[in-house]
Amino acid sequence: MATQSTQPAQPLRSGAATEPAATEPAVTGTAPGGPPPGRAGRGERPPRRRGERGPLASFGLHAGLLVGAFIALFPPFWLLVTSFKPRSESFSLSLVSEFSLDNYDHVINNTAFLTWFGNSVLIVVVTTFLAVFISSTTGYALSRFRFPGMRSLMWTLLITQMFPMAVLIVPLYNLMSRYGLLNQPVGLIVTYLTIAVPFCAWMMKGFFDTIPVAIDESGRVDGLTPFGTYWRLVLPLAKPGLAVTAFYSFVTAWAEVAYATAFMTGEQNLTLAGGLQTFVNQHTQDWHTMTAAAVLIAVPAALVFGYAQRHLQAGLTAGATKS
Amino acid sequence: MADASGPPAAVAGGGVTAPGPDRATDRKDTAPRGAGNGTPGGPGVGTRLRRGLSTHWYAWVMIAPVVTVIGVIVGWPLVRGLYLTFTDANEGNVERRIGVNTIDATYDFVGLQNYVDVLAGGQFWSKLTWTVIWTVSCVAITFLVGLTLANMLNRKVRGRALYRMALILPWAIPAFVSIFAWRMLFNERSGILNAALEGGGLSAMSWLTDPFWAKVSVIAVNVWLGVPFMLIAMLGALQSIPSEQYEAAEMDGAGPWQRFVNITLPGVRSVSATVVLLSCIWTFNMFPVIFLLTGGGPVGSTDILVTEAYKLAFQRSPRDFAGSATWGVLILLLLVLFALAYRRALRKQGDKEGVW
Repeated sequence: MATQSTQPAQPLRSGAATEPAATEPAVTGTAPGGPPPGRAGRGERPPRRRGERGPLASFGLHAGLLVGAFIALFPPFWLLVTSFKPRSESFSLSLVSEFSLDNYDHVINNTAFLTWFGNSVLIVVVTTFLAVFISSTTGYALSRFRFPGMRSLMWTLLITQMFPMAVLIVPLYNLMSRYGLLNQPVGLIVTYLTIAVPFCAWMMKGFFDTIPVAIDESGRVDGLTPFGTYWRLVLPLAKPGLAVTAFYSFVTAWAEVAYATAFMTGEQNLTLAGGLQTFVNQHTQDWHTMTAAAVLIAVPAALVFGYAQRHLQAGLTAGATKS
Repeated sequence: MADASGPPAAVAGGGVTAPGPDRATDRKDTAPRGAGNGTPGGPGVGTRLRRGLSTHWYAWVMIAPVVTVIGVIVGWPLVRGLYLTFTDANEGNVERRIGVNTIDATYDFVGLQNYVDVLAGGQFWSKLTWTVIWTVSCVAITFLVGLTLANMLNRKVRGRALYRMALILPWAIPAFVSIFAWRMLFNERSGILNAALEGGGLSAMSWLTDPFWAKVSVIAVNVWLGVPFMLIAMLGALQSIPSEQYEAAEMDGAGPWQRFVNITLPGVRSVSATVVLLSCIWTFNMFPVIFLLTGGGPVGSTDILVTEAYKLAFQRSPRDFAGSATWGVLILLLLVLFALAYRRALRKQGDKEGVW
């Protein structure tokens, strides 16, 4: 693919091979949205049209993207490859020489992996559901109404999102310990809500902002209360927004490490983030087991992500840049 | 996953430029937006309060769940955390349960002693220096790489959807999984990176055990993790720039570089401002990369503030809860100050609509 230099949509042009190479190399990396055209009105050759570029620029573009893609793909790829190698070959440099599923077999049957998986799913699903449920009305209120206390609420939400886990982890740990919630899924769910609720409320506000106010107005005209407007008119329209918000809090909680490591101890109570650490630490170096577990954790996450990613850009900018 | 571009980007573009509700409107004018029942201003205080209640009760009911939840699970621990910083709480004297017995807390109030200790000791400042270096280099590199790749993707390229999919893959995998993958690649004796170096005639590196290379490694991994987010955000920003601007500039004879500087950069400014701020905060607080990749080692050389605070409370013996809480409060203060300064700097540059 790297040598692909002509574009399918382009009209054929003559003399592509004789394009001046010297003007091209610098632009492959950072040139703006319009591809670098030949300088207009220069010389007797017909000027290149917008959207066309020389072969060298094309080559540079593809080379750059290929390098980027390679770096992005290699670590997960290598993890996948290693997971199919027997233990003795974990660090061999060859691709799979003898394909085996022993690692997976071992992870599923001889470790508490499935328990951890269950713990993670339970905790993360409940957190996500609660967070979206709790925060959606607030997002709507922040988007539609002016009311006393609004500004301070916005500030609270914003600052809470900046909270480093270091500021809450100690008091939360002590409170959990007092109420016997350490090593309980409930404890971790409550903890994750401290991250997810402010974040979801903020993001939902962004989504509600994109729904025209005219819809609310028409609801009012038809005699709906504010709650009726919200529930019957706006919320159904905001479903994609709800989904993206839920997805984000899901991903965040799924990958959380610090709280999970500190609050959950004992093999039966760990979540995936804690469990994976037990394979490779000061005492054990079970890389082969780790790779298989890692693949089993990553594949469902990546599938969910792949399904949701088409909404990513919309969600990002809607949630992030508007206030 | 194959559907790469197009509609979402268009939505994103609209999202950036669509007018949000104007928060600057007079707060006393309390009519809900879009409803036609504006209250005439200027009645007495009592009337205003009553009228406020009758106008706003539904808004207040709607925000009640979040306010309650945040108050209980964020506010209360925060206050407790603040209180702990004025005590000498540690593993031995906090309230705890052993079986069914509860042992009461016996820690004492020590005033500002913890803050004095932390700020007078060299530990905090050396960690702070490294944390700042770490944050700045991570965000700068991630931003540059993300913007570059977004520019490359934002044109007609054959296989664009595939490239895009490959480039955001690191985002799709939970970070802690990727970090373990990197640990395997970095492995000093048998990792593939060193094998590749030796194959190329170079000497193997102690990626994770040499203080300098450990720092390089954690930054590299964090950039790897952060680029997809940056890429997607910048791609959205780029696609929101109307192509007429480029056409007009080209018509006026602007070269690629001029167009980049005068159209692309201003066009992505608002999104960049937000994304850079977010990245700074996230990177500053980035716990898993350091904790899982090097564990802060060798000898604490890659520990940033949050991992050090975590270690104080959960890995050192005796567990120093008060000290850790003090670090936490100081970290939060630093972040808030940074965010305020950032905002002020943006305002000064005439960013009227602001990021927030």
